[in-house]
Amino acid sequence: MATQDRRNTGTHPVEEEETEAVPPPAAEAEASTETEGVDDLLDEIDGVLESNAEEFVRGFIQKGGQ
Amino acid sequence: MGTETEYGVLAPSLPSANATVLSSQIVNAYAATLRTGAGNLSGTRWDYTDEAPLNDARGFAVPRAAADPTSLTDEPPVLDAEQIAMEGGGPAALYGEQTQDNPVLMNMVLGNGARLYVDHAHPEYSSPEVTRPRDAVLWDKAGDAVVLAAMRHIARMPGFAPVHLYKNNTDNKGVSYGSHENYLVPRSVPFGALASGLVPFFVSRQVIAGSGRVGIGTNNQRQGFQLSQRADFFETEVGLETTIRRPIINTRDEPHAVAEKYRRLHVIIGDANLSEVSALLKIGTTSLVLSMIEAGTAPAVELRDPVGALQAISHDPSLEQLVELTDGRMVTGLDLQEIYFEAAAAHSRAGGETDPDTEDILARWSGLLGTLKRDPLEAAASVDWVAKLKLLQAYRERDGLAWSDARLHLVDLQYSDMRPEKGLYYRLAARGQMERVLTDEEIARAVTSPPDDTRAYFRGNCLTRFPKEVIGASWDSIIFELPSRRRLQRIPTREPLRGTRALTEELFNASADAEDFVTRLLTGSDTAVAP
Repeated sequence: MATQDRRNTGTHPVEEEETEAVPPPAAEAEASTETEGVDDLLDEIDGVLESNAEEFVRGFIQKGGQ
Repeated sequence: MGTETEYGVLAPSLPSANATVLSSQIVNAYAATLRTGAGNLSGTRWDYTDEAPLNDARGFAVPRAAADPTSLTDEPPVLDAEQIAMEGGGPAALYGEQTQDNPVLMNMVLGNGARLYVDHAHPEYSSPEVTRPRDAVLWDKAGDAVVLAAMRHIARMPGFAPVHLYKNNTDNKGVSYGSHENYLVPRSVPFGALASGLVPFFVSRQVIAGSGRVGIGTNNQRQGFQLSQRADFFETEVGLETTIRRPIINTRDEPHAVAEKYRRLHVIIGDANLSEVSALLKIGTTSLVLSMIEAGTAPAVELRDPVGALQAISHDPSLEQLVELTDGRMVTGLDLQEIYFEAAAAHSRAGGETDPDTEDILARWSGLLGTLKRDPLEAAASVDWVAKLKLLQAYRERDGLAWSDARLHLVDLQYSDMRPEKGLYYRLAARGQMERVLTDEEIARAVTSPPDDTRAYFRGNCLTRFPKEVIGASWDSIIFELPSRRRLQRIPTREPLRGTRALTEELFNASADAEDFVTRLLTGSDTAVAP
């Protein structure tokens, strides 16, 4: 997939140089219905993800355990 | 068998909060949800008398002074009112009538036979003993419902910051906490046979039961995705510790049962599972391998470098990574699982009649290995790491994210958030995208009811029926305080397969009160049913 096709819907801009190759899309025959399901799923998950990803992930600090 | 789950704990609005205090809030909040009229049920003390965490299955004990302090799990943790107050949120609301002499609750024994307690800096739920893998998953899931109830209670309390729990195993910053399994094994099985039979199995089990992790290395040193949350935290093949130098085979010899007859295999290498299928197969296949080791029919495979193989397999989601056996053969994690599956199927056929549980595990195991061989991503509805990877790949495709992107790390973390409205596992399950083994009704029942077929039935019913008189309990004891007796009455329950519904239901029903119950148990004709 060409890098210019990328959409960035996140709260942070994507840094070009960190971007890795994205796996090729699934076979075309099932692509359209599957893509719809995936879009719908990602929309739902966008809605429940904690708002500031970077800060939230950085703040998740645990003490030792078994 | 049974499970232990240590939850990751976080109060996002109090970033520097003391983790032990937050963990105690979970225990005390759950107690508060039960407190009305429940007497000691909300605060049964743990009986540490029979604990022996430093006994090694290889036939020796580590001197106390030489042990890592975190290994001393037989010393009750204490948190006083002052420490609680320092963290804000005065004790009164959540902690009830606590005083200097009556410190906050750090431990509870529940009516379903489980234990909910503060383990170092994490809340931990240990499920009651069960005899079937499916029940192990059921009462483990009941623990998730227990801690959710506690989280909800804290969120409703004025003055308390909401506490979030995560059913995962690392903070991705060098710290790991466990999800353990326990299996009762006849003492007659040599420990060496257990270790050699299990190492290649555990090294490859992550293929069917890993929870998936964004980041590679204990401190997330390299970018990428791996199968297991725990693999990078293991350093040796066999050992006693669970917090340092973590071993693939743990040798803690603390059976919580008749020691001459049983050993407890304490498994620390598993990931905490959200997927019911992953959890069922993790426990079910391990039980089958243990049966084979007992019968001497386990496959004779040996890895050249078990710890290296564990990590190499974890780091390759394509499942093509080859690892070397001591006979020179190169195999994948899937190959190892197939070797164990074939042996288990043959073992089961040779044994003649099989039970439906075994048939179910074998059929699921075989089906899943076939699916993973065809295309790992096809197993997304049943395996946690695949479900997580599929979600992450969708984000990577849509938004062109690198593995280092914080949003992918957030998806990883939030997959295991215990709140159904926030946890991504629960969001997938609500959309019908995760295969279920259990029903929500069953799980709700297991929150309050113990299993029928082990001593957990006796423990749970003692607590539920005599909440005022039971003042202490552990896996292998119940302590009654009765007005008529000057001394506490300790009832040993060292045989895990007694104290069942079949043996004790009548005794419970016939007893007018705790006095009557204990008298019948100790002196009457009912002694035969005593656990």
